[in-house]
Order: sequence, then C-alpha cells, then structure tokens
Amino acid sequence: MAIAERPLIYEGTRVPHPIPTMLRVDDELREMGDILQVNFGPNHPSTHGVLRLVVDLDGEKVVGLEAKIGYVHTGFEKTMEQKTWWKAITYPARIDYLAYQNNELVFVLAIEKLLQLETPPKATWMRMLLCELNRIHSHLVWLGTSALELGAISVFWYTFREREALCDLFELATGYRLHTRYFQAGGLAEDIPKGFEAECRKFCKTMSPGVDQYEALLDKNAIWIERTRGLGLLSADDAIALGQSGPVLRGSGVDWDLRKSQPYLAYDQVDFDVPVYHGGDVYDRYKLRMDEMRESTRIVEQCLDAMPEGPWIADDRKVVLPPREELHTSMESLIYHFKIVTEGYRVPEGEIYVAVESPRGELGCYVVSDGGPRPWRVKFRAPGFAALEATATCMRDALVADLIAIVGSLDTVMGEVDR
Amino acid sequence: MTYEGVPGLVETREAHGETTLVVDPARLVEACTYLRDEHGFNFLSDIAATDYLGWPESTSQVAGYVGTASGRNINVPASQGLQRLPEGRPKRFAMNYQLLAVREGAPRLRVQVWLEDGESVPTVIGVWPTADWFEREAWDMMGIPIEGHPNLSRLLMDEDWEGHPLRKDYPLGGEPVRFSSEE
Repeated sequence: MAIAERPLIYEGTRVPHPIPTMLRVDDELREMGDILQVNFGPNHPSTHGVLRLVVDLDGEKVVGLEAKIGYVHTGFEKTMEQKTWWKAITYPARIDYLAYQNNELVFVLAIEKLLQLETPPKATWMRMLLCELNRIHSHLVWLGTSALELGAISVFWYTFREREALCDLFELATGYRLHTRYFQAGGLAEDIPKGFEAECRKFCKTMSPGVDQYEALLDKNAIWIERTRGLGLLSADDAIALGQSGPVLRGSGVDWDLRKSQPYLAYDQVDFDVPVYHGGDVYDRYKLRMDEMRESTRIVEQCLDAMPEGPWIADDRKVVLPPREELHTSMESLIYHFKIVTEGYRVPEGEIYVAVESPRGELGCYVVSDGGPRPWRVKFRAPGFAALEATATCMRDALVADLIAIVGSLDTVMGEVDR
Repeated sequence: MTYEGVPGLVETREAHGETTLVVDPARLVEACTYLRDEHGFNFLSDIAATDYLGWPESTSQVAGYVGTASGRNINVPASQGLQRLPEGRPKRFAMNYQLLAVREGAPRLRVQVWLEDGESVPTVIGVWPTADWFEREAWDMMGIPIEGHPNLSRLLMDEDWEGHPLRKDYPLGGEPVRFSSEE
C-alpha cells in the first residue's frame, strides 16, 4: 500500500476537539453576536434524504456545524432479530436503497460463514457481476443528484438514462428493479435467465461512452470546477482517524480497497485498477467515482466472459429450498420445503464480522447467532454513517453555498445512516 | 501474531478465522492505545453493542424442538429450539470493537468488553475519533453508559425518548399507535 508518498493536503489535523463530529463556534465570535443559526433540513431537497444540519453562520462562512440524524430510523436491526434467517435477508437491501445488492451480499456472506456453506462458482461470479452493476447504479444516482444540486441539471438526465437501463437489467435477472433479494444463503434464488448476457453486454457497450459524456458535461464546466475544487478538504490521516472508507478515503490519497486488500468472492481473479486521487477535495471524489464506474464496467465484462456453467445454489437440503419440480414427486423434498419456509434453518452458534467494499466504502455486518432459527443480533457498519462523521472536519472555513457540494461528495444514504 | 502484551487481556478466542480479545473494561483505553500503536490497528470499523438477556442457558432451556423447559414459548426469540445449547455468557452486555489495520493483509481484530446493566465503559474517542457516533449509538440503542464521552446524547431516537430500543426486554410495538379508535 502506497501510504508513504502522498502530498500534503493540510498540516496537522482538522478534526474538531473535544467532539470530533461537531464544529463549535468560537466563544469570542459568539459573543460578538453576529452568528446566525440555521437549520438546514431535515426536509431539504439536497440533503440526500432526511438529514438535519444545524449550521452557525458568520456572514456566509460556516463557523459551527452539527449533523443530526435519526429521522429515518426504522429499526431494521431490531426487526431482523424477530425474523428467521431466511426472511431476514429481505431487510439489508432496504437499508441502503442505492447499493442494495452489496447490502444483501454482506449479510448472506455472514450467514454462509457461520453455516460453513460453500457456494457454487456460478453464484459467486453472478454476485460479483451484480455488485459491480450496483456500484455503477449507486455512483450514477450520486453523480446525477450531486450535479443537480450544484445547478447542472442536464447531467441528471444522462445518468438516469443509464440507471434506467441498469434497473431493466436487474429486473431481467431478478424480477425486481430495486431491492432485488436475489442472493440466497448458498447461492442465488434463481438461475440466470436466458438473454441476460446479451443485454448486459449491450449495457457495457453504452456505459463507457456514457461516462465520457458525463465528464464532457462537467470537466470543462467552469462552474462545476469552481464549486468542487479545493473544497471539503480531508487529509489522509484525518480520514483514517474518522473511519472514512471507500471513495472518500481513496480521494484523500490512501490506496485502500477491500476488493484488493482483503479479496472476497472472486475479486482476486479479475483484473481491475483501484483509482486513487490525492487532493482530498470534492473534485477528486467526483473524479474517483467516474473512474470507478469505468473499472466496474471492466469487471462486469470479465464476469460475463468467465461466467461458469453449473448449479446456481448449493445442494444442501437443510438450508436451501429443494427444486420446485421435486415437490410434486418427493415427500422428503416437501418436508424440507415446509420446514425451511415455516421454521427456517438453524445457524450454528457464533459471532462474525464480515466486511465488503460497497460503493460507499467498508460495509460491515456483525452477526451473533445462538444456534436458533433467528439472528440474535445483527449490526450493520454503514459506510455512510462514518462518512457523515467527517462533515464537521470537511466543513472548516467553508461557505454556506459549498455546504451542499461537500455533504454531497461524502455520498451518504440516510437509510443506511439511520437504519 | 500474539496479543499477550495487551493490557487488561482476559481471554483470547479464535473462531471462523477471527480473533477476539476479551478485555477488562477498566483498562479498555490502555488496551486500545496499545493495539493502535504497537499492532497498527489504526482504523476502527465498528462498535457493536449486544444484549444477551435471555440467552439460552441450561437452567431454563433445553435443546431440541421445544425451546424452554416449561414448554414452547412463542414470545421469545429462538422458541423453535436449538440444536444444542450455546455457551453461557459472563455478563449481560458485550461491546464489540471491530478493528482494522490499514496495511498489507488487512488484519482484523475484535476487542470485546463485558458489562452488566448500568456498568459504564470508558470512551475510546481519544484513540479513534470515529468512535464518537458509534458510542452514542450504543448508548441510545442499548443504554450502555460511556464514561468520559464529551457529548453523550441520543443519536437516532428523539431526545426525550424513554428506554433503549435494541435491548431484548424492550417491547415490540411498545409505541402507542396514533389515530387508533380509542383515542
């Protein structure tokens, strides 16, 4: 990891003290009485969900900031404790409504690790393919909405053109456009449908020129550059101290991607680069996500080339539903089917923490099982949750107009922040 | 790699390729600082608090299809029975600190601290600033008092909320339904 040689973004640390997530107004400044406190959100079109920022302004300058979250807290973790393992797989996808397949994956991987269940290669490669498509999907929505907030409305139409095609692909493969619930403990819920490969290749062909088009719209746009360059600075050391991961960390010059440093699925068998930028500003985070979309397209193409034949789900009757047609002829299969659907399978006692690289960074899932049919405890480490902790640090000396660009560049999805 | 020198180390466990260090809560900060400086665990991934109230134990529950000694209780989780009884837990709550070292090989480690209800745990903000919200979440959701936290307030729930929703004894559907016919 090339951590040694990286240009200095700023001297020392900018993490506020003693509360790392809160920018406090100077007492002297407050006594002067010119500070205006503004509630930004919770219902504001540019907060990517329901986020409330309490901002102290000195003129146009942000001198104090605190992020308040919890407006979309829905108790996913509590709900999952009440469901059987089988039914609980439905929930992670809804936590992050832009990167649903990555969320599903991390929970399914945790179950499989506790069960010590092997998945067939076809499932592994298809999971990887879908997770990469999902990364593109998430970045597209990020790019479209972030540009929209800074006034570049046309980018939105272009990105949603590709997003639409992506949703069609998800629908083709899984039956749903969002929240696919296609990953099953042991593999995939269904075989990959005929025609998926051709459609997916068609999409890959349009994706690369698509990214070029977005860049053409933004890279030479003076307003876009003015409003993103040198803003929201975060140094590498501060990023690590604040638990940043994914594009935010890589945008600060740290070459760190779990797909490379701790390969899961079959990421060690595909060829891709991890883009790293050293500016630590909004612009670099944007450039990085553009590069990531290109890299993801590369991975998708390799997945299509290497897609193995064979079963799509493990042959383990204790965990995996028997094939539908067997239910008409086999009593045994009918019993297994009934048992799995009504009472669920039991997962051996244990605790586990699994992490994957979601579009937003390290997405972790801590699961405790008591050996019964329901999870004892599920806890998600949401990358967006950690990213929001960095708002106060990034917002040092920012102007109120830049606030939107900076919060947007951290790419948080409030669903996963509040869970 | 051995962790024998970790201050306050109670027990080391290995399972599923993961290492868990059980640490004395009084020496948690010392242990974390040591792990960060000596072993390079510079990245705190997550803090997960867990409530083990009602964790199946041999005195109250038996293995098999029926979950409890007195019969099947459909109101407790895992009432459909366990294949075998799990190991007992020393105290009611566990705080799990998932550490990561940002370097080649991505080593991970879990630091675990056991607490009774109301027992506090020192803050690790001084070691990893990112702990701020994770600790507030543990307080908000599980009611674990964090000693020395500069801003220990509710994070996800309202400021005037009563109770800690992720505790096992927190009622499901405990919130009164608005606009019901009784109103």
